[in-house]
Amino acid sequence: MTTKPKVSKAELAEQFRSFIDPDYVITDSETMKPYECDGLSMYCEMPLLVVLPETVEQVQRVMRICNEHKVPVVARGAGTGLSAGAMPHKEGVVLSLAKFNRILEIDPLARTARLQPGVRNLAISEEAAQYGLYYGPDPSSQIACTIGGNVAENSGGVHCLKYGLTVHNLHSVEMVTAEGDVVTVGSDALDVCGMDLLALMTGSEGLLGVVTEVKVKLLPKPEVARVVMAGFDSVQNGGDAVGGVISHGIIPGGLEMMDSHAIVAADDFAKAGYPREAKALLLCEVDGTVEEVDEHIAQAEEVFRKFGATSVRTSESEEERALLWKGRKSAFPAVGRISPDYYCMDGTIPRRELANVLLRMEEMSEEFGLRVANVFHAGDGNLHPLILFDSNVPGEFERTEAFGSSILRLCVEVGGCITGEHGVGVEKIRQMAVQFNDDELQQFHDVKAAFDPAGILNPGKGVPALKFCQEYRSLEHKQHKHEPTEAAHG
Amino acid sequence: MADISKQLTEQVIAARDGGHKLNIVGGGTKAFMGRAADPDAGTLSVGEHSGIVEYHPVELVLTVRAGTPLSEVEAALAEHGQALHFEPPRLGPNATMGGTLATNLSGPARPWTGSVRDQVLGVRLLNGKGEHLRFGGQVMKNVAGYDVSRLQAGAMGTLGVMTEISLKVMPKPAASMTLVQDMAMDEVIHYMNSRSAEPKPITGACWVDGKVYLRLSGAKSAVEATAQKWSGEVLEQGDEFWQQVQDLKHEFFAGNDVPLWRFSVGSTAATPQLDGHWFIDWAGAQRWYRGAGELSDMEPLARAAGGQVSLFRGGDRHGEVMHHQPEALKAIQRRVKNSFDPDNIFNPGRLYSWL
Repeated sequence: MTTKPKVSKAELAEQFRSFIDPDYVITDSETMKPYECDGLSMYCEMPLLVVLPETVEQVQRVMRICNEHKVPVVARGAGTGLSAGAMPHKEGVVLSLAKFNRILEIDPLARTARLQPGVRNLAISEEAAQYGLYYGPDPSSQIACTIGGNVAENSGGVHCLKYGLTVHNLHSVEMVTAEGDVVTVGSDALDVCGMDLLALMTGSEGLLGVVTEVKVKLLPKPEVARVVMAGFDSVQNGGDAVGGVISHGIIPGGLEMMDSHAIVAADDFAKAGYPREAKALLLCEVDGTVEEVDEHIAQAEEVFRKFGATSVRTSESEEERALLWKGRKSAFPAVGRISPDYYCMDGTIPRRELANVLLRMEEMSEEFGLRVANVFHAGDGNLHPLILFDSNVPGEFERTEAFGSSILRLCVEVGGCITGEHGVGVEKIRQMAVQFNDDELQQFHDVKAAFDPAGILNPGKGVPALKFCQEYRSLEHKQHKHEPTEAAHG
Repeated sequence: MADISKQLTEQVIAARDGGHKLNIVGGGTKAFMGRAADPDAGTLSVGEHSGIVEYHPVELVLTVRAGTPLSEVEAALAEHGQALHFEPPRLGPNATMGGTLATNLSGPARPWTGSVRDQVLGVRLLNGKGEHLRFGGQVMKNVAGYDVSRLQAGAMGTLGVMTEISLKVMPKPAASMTLVQDMAMDEVIHYMNSRSAEPKPITGACWVDGKVYLRLSGAKSAVEATAQKWSGEVLEQGDEFWQQVQDLKHEFFAGNDVPLWRFSVGSTAATPQLDGHWFIDWAGAQRWYRGAGELSDMEPLARAAGGQVSLFRGGDRHGEVMHHQPEALKAIQRRVKNSFDPDNIFNPGRLYSWL
C-alpha cells in the first residue's frame, strides 16, 4: 500500500531533529550500517534513516509524521530476529526502541513486571530472581533479545510446552498506533471485555503498532529441576518415547531432541558426555516441587527404558544438569564449527510425523547435496533443521533456500506450519501462500488495514501481496518438483 | 454429529444478499450474556455442526466442530486421562465449545493453567462474505499470520461464525486436595496472592462467605506434602465444591433478581467498597458482585482496580453491559469488525451498542 514518499530524507530528518536529540536521528550510511539487517543477515537493506526516540510522545510524533507522508516505519528492538522481520525498508524509517530499556516496576505479590520494550528478556528474570520469580518464555537469544521484540514475534523457547509462549505470559501492551494514538490492550487483570486485541497484537511482527510498554506475568521459580538424558538407536523410538512421557501424564518443563549429526557436533563442542553413537537424543527436564520432580523423574526413566532407550542418565546435581543442557544450548554454534555457514529453519509438525519428516529430510539432503542437522523442541513439535552450506560457493545459498523451502512445504503437508517461533518476516513470505489461500491472506490484509489504514508499518513483511501469490505457488511447485536434482548437479 | 458447514455458508451468503442480520446460536446456554439479541435478526444455529474431528491424545491436540457439547468433549478426553485445563463453565447440558470460546469463559484453574483463549491453537471461521477460512492450526507453536483464532475469544460472535476449533489439552492431574479456612475479606487478597507466589501446585483460590478455599493438584506426593505445610482443613467434598464454582452453580450465583457483575481486575487490588455480596475467585483476579447499580458507577471502581467490569447477568440488557472502551480502541474494533463482517451481519449490538 505504500507509495513513494513525497517528503525528502533531509526534510524528514529535520522534522525529527526538532523534537529528538539530533545525535539520535541518524542519516549517514556508516552509522546506519548496523541497522541494515537483523539476525538473518542474508537479507539486507539500508533504510532512509534511523531514529532513536526516548519518550512515548516522541514515538507518537514520529508516527504522525510518517503517517502523514506515508513513509514506511520498521520498529526494531535488539535486531536478533531470524526472519528478517526487522530488515529496513529502503524508503523508510527504522524506529529503534533501544532507549526504552528500563524495568519500570516489579510487583512481587501480584507477580508482574512493567517494562519498557527495550528491556532484554533475560534481564527480567535476573531482576525478578530476588523475589523467587522469573519470566517464563526463554527464546535462545534471551541474553540479547528484547521484550518488545518478543511481543512482536510471540517468542517461545525451550519451556513453552509447560509455560506457554509470549502470548500466554502478558497482561497488557501499551502501543502507539500507525496514526500516533497511544492505546493499551489488555489490563492488570487476566482478560478484558470484547475481542482479544492483545492476542492479535502478539506475534503481529510490527505490522499493527509500535509497542511502548509491556506488563508481563512472572512465575514462582520451581523448587527444583532435574533432567533425564536418553539415547535411542532410532528416531522413531525417540519420537515414540516423547509420546510415552506425555501419555503418562507428565508435562516436562523442557523436552528437546537432537539427531545424530547434532549430537556429535554438540558433544564435540560441549564435551557433555552425550551417547555419540545414538541416532536420537532426548533431554527431558522436569521441574516443580521436590516431591513431584522425584516422582516424575522416576516415571520418565522407566518410560524411556520401556521405549528402548540405549542409555539413560539423570542429573544428580545442578552442575550435571547444566552440563547436559550445555550441549543442546550450544548446538547452533557447535554446528557452525563443522560448516562455514548454516541456515536455521523453523517449522512445526505434529509430533507423530517426526520420523517420517526426518527421513524425508535425509532424502532431500541427498537430492540437494547439502547436509542437515536437526534440533527439535520435541514437546511442542517445533523443528529447527540446520542446513549446512558455504556462502563462498556460488549458488550454494540459493540451493540452501530451495532446500529450506521444501522443508517448510513438507511441514505444511504433514499438518504443521511454516514457522513455530521465528516469524514470517521477509524470509517466509512466499511460503505464506502455501499455508494460506487468497481469501485468508486477504483477511490478514484487511486486519492490517484496520490498524494501519495507510499501510506504513513494516510494509512488505508477514503477509504477501496477493498478486505475487500465484507466482509464488507455481514457483514453489516447480522448485519442489524439478529444482533439487538440477541444482545438485549445477 | 454432522458437518453442516456448507449449509451454514449458504445461510450466511443468503443473509448478506438479502440484507439480513444473524444471531449465532450454539446450545443457547449463554443467551443471557452480552446485550439483548437483535429481535429483527434471524437465527443461525450452529448446534447441529457437531462432533470431534480429530483427537490425538499423544499430541495433546483436539479438533472439534464448534457446536460440539462440552460434555462430549470432556467424555472423550477423560477416556485418555486428559481434560480441558481451563475448566469451562458448563452453563447447561448443551453448552458448546464454540460458545465457550466466543464468550472466553474459563473456570477456577484459569490463573494457573490458562484460559480457553490460551489453549486455542486454531479455528475455522465463516466471515461475513461467506468465506470459510482457516487460521492457526493443530500444532502448539504457529506464528504464521495474525492470531485470528485467539482474537475470537470474547468477541461474542461479532467477527464471524466459528465452525471448527483446535485446542491444546492436558493430562488430568493425578491428585487434588482442597484446603478451607475462615478468613475476612480484607485479609484474603494478600493471602491468596502470597500462596500463588510460592512454587507449589496450586490450581484454585477463591473466597466466599468468610471462607477461603485453596485447591492443590498435581503429583500425589507434591499435593500431600504441600497440604501438610499449608494451613486449613481438608475439605472432603472438594471436587464438588470446585465444580459448583466452575459451573456458576454455587448458591452465591443463584437467582436472577439481583444483577451479577463480573470485575476482572488486578489480583492484588483492593475490593471496591459496595454494599452487596462478593465472591472472589482466581486468587483475586476475578471478583463477582451481586448488587444493583449502574455500569457507569462500576467502571471507575474496576479501572481503579486495574481492570474492567461487565454486567454478566440480569439488569438492563438493552444498555451497555461491557466496560466502556476509549475512542482509539473503539475505532480499531469497529474497523476490525468491518474487516471480517463488512455488512454487519453477525450478532449486531450483542457486544456493544456501537459494534
